[in-house]
Parts: sequence; structure tokens; C-alpha cells
Amino acid sequence: MAKITFITSDNETITLEGTSGSVMALAVDNGIKGIDGDCGGVCSCATCHVHVAAEDMDKTGSASEIEADMLELDDNVDEFSRLCCQLEISDSIDGIVLKVAK
Amino acid sequence: MNRIVYLLVKNGYLSEKNYIQFCRTIGEIPFNKISNQDYHMKKSELPDPFEKARLDKGYGKMNDQNDPVTMLLRLKDVRKSAHDYKTFQSAAKPGRIVVPSEVNIRDTRQIPFEVDPPQHGEYRAIVEPWFKRPLLPEYQEKLTAQISTLVDGILNKDNLEVINEFALPLQSRALTLLLNAPYSEAETWISWGTHVFRSEGEALDSDKANILYNYIDDQIDRAVKNPGEDMYSLLLSSEFQGKKLTKEEVKGVMVLTFAGGRDTVINAVTNSISYLAEHPEALERFRKEPEIIGKAVEEFIRYFSPLTQMGRVVTEDTQVCEHAIKADSRISLCWASANRDASVFESPNEIVLDRKINPHVGFGFSHHNCLGATHARQILKILLNTLAEKVESIEIMDCKENIEHLDEFERKVGFNSIHVKFKSLT
Ligand code: HEM
Ligand code: HEM
Ligand code: FES
Repeated sequence: MAKITFITSDNETITLEGTSGSVMALAVDNGIKGIDGDCGGVCSCATCHVHVAAEDMDKTGSASEIEADMLELDDNVDEFSRLCCQLEISDSIDGIVLKVAK
Repeated sequence: MNRIVYLLVKNGYLSEKNYIQFCRTIGEIPFNKISNQDYHMKKSELPDPFEKARLDKGYGKMNDQNDPVTMLLRLKDVRKSAHDYKTFQSAAKPGRIVVPSEVNIRDTRQIPFEVDPPQHGEYRAIVEPWFKRPLLPEYQEKLTAQISTLVDGILNKDNLEVINEFALPLQSRALTLLLNAPYSEAETWISWGTHVFRSEGEALDSDKANILYNYIDDQIDRAVKNPGEDMYSLLLSSEFQGKKLTKEEVKGVMVLTFAGGRDTVINAVTNSISYLAEHPEALERFRKEPEIIGKAVEEFIRYFSPLTQMGRVVTEDTQVCEHAIKADSRISLCWASANRDASVFESPNEIVLDRKINPHVGFGFSHHNCLGATHARQILKILLNTLAEKVESIEIMDCKENIEHLDEFERKVGFNSIHVKFKSLT
């Protein structure tokens, strides 16, 4: 079980709990604004872009090469950017805070 | 017969050595992959004609009505150039970014397709929520009912031509949902046939295109007189930079919606059917693991790449892959080639139904990525679900390939016709 907090672009804070699957799927199922997950999580649409809180980066790790190539051309990419369809829910990411990019 | 023996060897039931000895004994010429490539190729395979050029130099050349195109073939270059709208523009003369060029057959600017940022984003914002409606449960229920009825009607039919009797009606009926137009309109669109813009034998035909343009003009006039809940009415009541959209702008959006969503969807549906015909185990897998269907759809889009390429006009002298490109010439973003780039996709020429990381550009990339993708994805997901539920196997009787001639390259994009039989489960 992991608690994950999303901060949307209009500064709403929502904390959700999940046990498995991707963070993107959890967000989409709960209608988090700004996370669309168009491609269903195969890393081809970049509609699941989040900024991981700096202190949580060691829990999530940084983007893989393919993911980074997708993000590179996104407007507000930074070193905390991840595509959250590539984050698997597990105890090890409990408590992370994600700022939705869009 | 030879093919069966070849498959026995290929799949390890018969050793190659025994096979060759056996051929010698009976005086047959042994089959091998190279000399018999065409013979052994599955009908549903779409070979990648770009591989060599992609590896050697990264681009290809094609002439098109004396307005040559430099085709970008690598995934990274395609993505970067799609993103860089300042150097590679879409807002050129209407029709010029399409390959083959349509400058001689139309003047209407397609919106948002032939507009660049920042105006592009403003136009897109008008229609984006509308194009997301396929995510609504009631939309999906209606689409499921349509597809289910269509499939029930063709099960066990002896000789079904997939393009005209299945893919075209499916695409046309589904489009009534996207436009929120009466279901009966689909009959008109089906009657246009698959070649709305072309008479037999001719590449581009302005008379034929006029059928669509006149139809859309009439529909716009109707919606002006009697506004309703359809897409025409939505557009007519929308504003761009504080002013109501003009009829010409509404037409630009509607033509694009008809054109962009027609051949692409028909190709995707038809190729999916041919794949399932040759891979009945995929239907079985969808029954057992329906959760992979979303991934399978993305993989079909990657592999089939129903839209081969789309052009851009170069605004300043520049280079791609160390190759100089002059201002006012054309490049194209070759989605079909990028989607087979082995530096990104493992086993790029294989369909891996549950490919987990699949950063394909089948729906384009960046600013102009496909507006109809939500609709197209729902069509394909529901189609695969419905087929898995109702169909045991599909048999291909005969087919004619549709080959695109791109000068240096010949690309099979699908079929001109394909006759099959769907066998129902139970
Ligand atoms: C499997 C089906 C489809 C495929 C593979 C496909 C592919 C594409 C691609 C690659 C682009 C990018 C063009 C560019 O960058 O210049 C595009 C754009 C577009 N597509 Fe699709 N498409 C499909 C279905 C549809 C459908 C069903 C519709 C609408 C009914 C549609 C409407 C559009 C529009 C309006 C654009 C232009 C978006 C813009 O310029 O902002 N497409 N499509
Ligand atoms: C007014 C706009 C457009 C016109 C007049 C037009 C015209 C044509 C014509 C003449 C063909 C050849 C059809 C045939 O073989 O009979 C064609 C094919 C095709 N078009 Fe368009 N097109 C338009 C816009 C688009 C857009 C925006 C897209 C995608 C985003 C698109 C995707 C395709 C595809 C995938 C094919 C099929 C290629 C094949 O199967 O060989 N078209 N179009
Ligand atoms: S959901 Fe498409 S890239 Fe993450």
C-alpha cells in the first residue's frame, strides 16, 4: 500500500492510496486533472508528465533513457520530470508528492 | 505444399538437414528465405522498406509533382523536427504539407492541421474537449453496440470483402458518434466509397473532392439555419480570438475531420483483421487477458502506421542528418520508418501484443499529434474486444495489396481488397 499525493496546476492537493499498477492508472481512475494517460501507459503520449518533489527523487529514481527522450521535448521539463505511467505503485514509493505538469 | 514443409522446418518440426536431403531425394528445389521471400511472407506482414536508408544516412528522397521531399527516417529526428515548428512549418500553402501534395486540388486551409503555434493551440483548444468525448462511458456503449451489430451481421458469411463491407461501414458509423450526427448520415458517407478524393486510376481528382466539399457546405448551411448539438453547430458557435469562426474556418475543421479519419481508420481496421486471421492465438489471448488489449492497440498502430508520413515546409536553410536543406523546400516526418527504428524498439518488425514500452509516433508527435486518436483508439479497443468475444478464427481467401510508391521506397500500407470468412465461436 502506498499513499501518493498529487498537486494539480490549479493547486489542488489530492492524496490517493494504491496497491499495484502504475501511478498514471491510479491518477486517471481518480480523475486527477492534467493526467490523461492517452496511450494507456506505453510511454508514447507524454500526457502523464509529473514533477517529483526533490526529496522524493531517491524513491522514484530518474527517468529511463526512452522516457527522457520523450520528456526532452516537453515544454516544462526539468530534472524532476517523470512520466508517471512508468512509476509502479509499491511500498517503496509510499508518501511521494507529485506536481502535475499540465 | 512447399510452404507447409518450410513452416515445419522453420518451427523446428523437421531439421533443415533432413529437409534438404529429402528435397534432393525427390528432386525438389529446397525453399530458402531469400529466394522465396514473397512466397513465405505472411499476408498480414508489412515489411519495412526504410531500414537500409534509415541506417545508412537517416533520410530518403522522393520527388512529388516537382516539389521534392526529404523524408526523415529516424525516430529522434522525426520527433525533434515535429516539435520544431519554427523551422518546419505546417502553415504553408494549403495542401503543400501533404504528400502527395494537394496544392492543385484545394485552397481551403485545414484547421488546426495547417496552422502553426500560437494560433494552432487556440484552434485546438476549441475542439479538444469535443475530441475527448470517446472517453465517456455512454459514447463507448454506443460504439460497442454499433460494432457488435456489425460483427453479428458478417459472422460466417462466406465471402466478405473487409474494406467495403466491414471497415468502411464501421468507420462511417463510428464517425456519426464523433460528429454527434444522425446515424443515417453514415449511409451517405458509405456511398462515397473508399476513394472520396479520387476517380479510378487518377491520383487526385478535384471533382471527386468536391463531393465532400459540397456536402460539408450544405451541412454548415443547415446548422446555421437549425443549430443543434452536432459538431458543425459547436464550431459555428465557437470563437477564435474574440470572433465567431467563419464558414470557411468551420469547413477547414470539418474537411480535416472527414479526411484524416477515413483511410487511416480503414487501414488500421483492415490490417488488424488480417493479422488476427493469421494469428488466431491472439484472439485466444485477448479472451484470456483482456487487459492487454490497450497495449495491443498501441502496438498495431506502431506496426501498421496507417499514416506513412506527413510533410513540413522548411522556413530557413538548415540541415538534417548532415544533409543540407534549403529554405522553402519540403521535408516529411516518416512515422512509418520511425516506428521501426531498432535503436528504440526491440524486434521492431515483430508485433509484440503486450509491448510494455512503446514510444511510437503512429499518431504523430508534439503540437499536431492526432486529434482523432482518442476516437481511433476506442474503435480499435472495442473491435478487438468484440472479435475476441465472438470470433474463433478468420480465414483469408484472397487479397490485393495496397502499395504506396514513394520513389526510392515501396511501402505496403495494407490492402486494396481482402476477402475473408469470420468463423463464429461455438
Ligand atoms: C488509426 C487512425 C489514425 C492515425 C494513425 C492517425 C494519424 C495521424 C497523424 C500521424 C497525425 C499527425 C499529422 C502531423 O503531424 O502533421 C494526425 C493528425 C490529425 N488527425 Fe489523425 N490519425 C488517425 C485517425 C484520426 C481520426 C479518426 C481523426 C478524426 C476523425 C483524425 C483527425 C486528425 C486531425 C484533426 C489531425 C490534425 C491535428 C493537428 O494538426 O493539430 N485522425 N493523425
Ligand atoms: C482535404 C484533405 C485531404 C485530401 C483532399 C486528401 C486526399 C487523399 C487522397 C486523394 C488519397 C488517395 C486515396 C485513394 O487512394 O483513393 C488519400 C489517402 C490517404 N489520406 Fe488523405 N487527404 C486529406 C487529408 C488527410 C489527412 C489530414 C490525413 C491524416 C492525418 C490523411 C490520411 C490519408 C491516408 C492514411 C491515406 C491512405 C493512403 C493509402 O492507403 O494509400 N489524409 N488522401
Ligand atoms: S500514459 Fe502515455 S506516456 Fe504515460
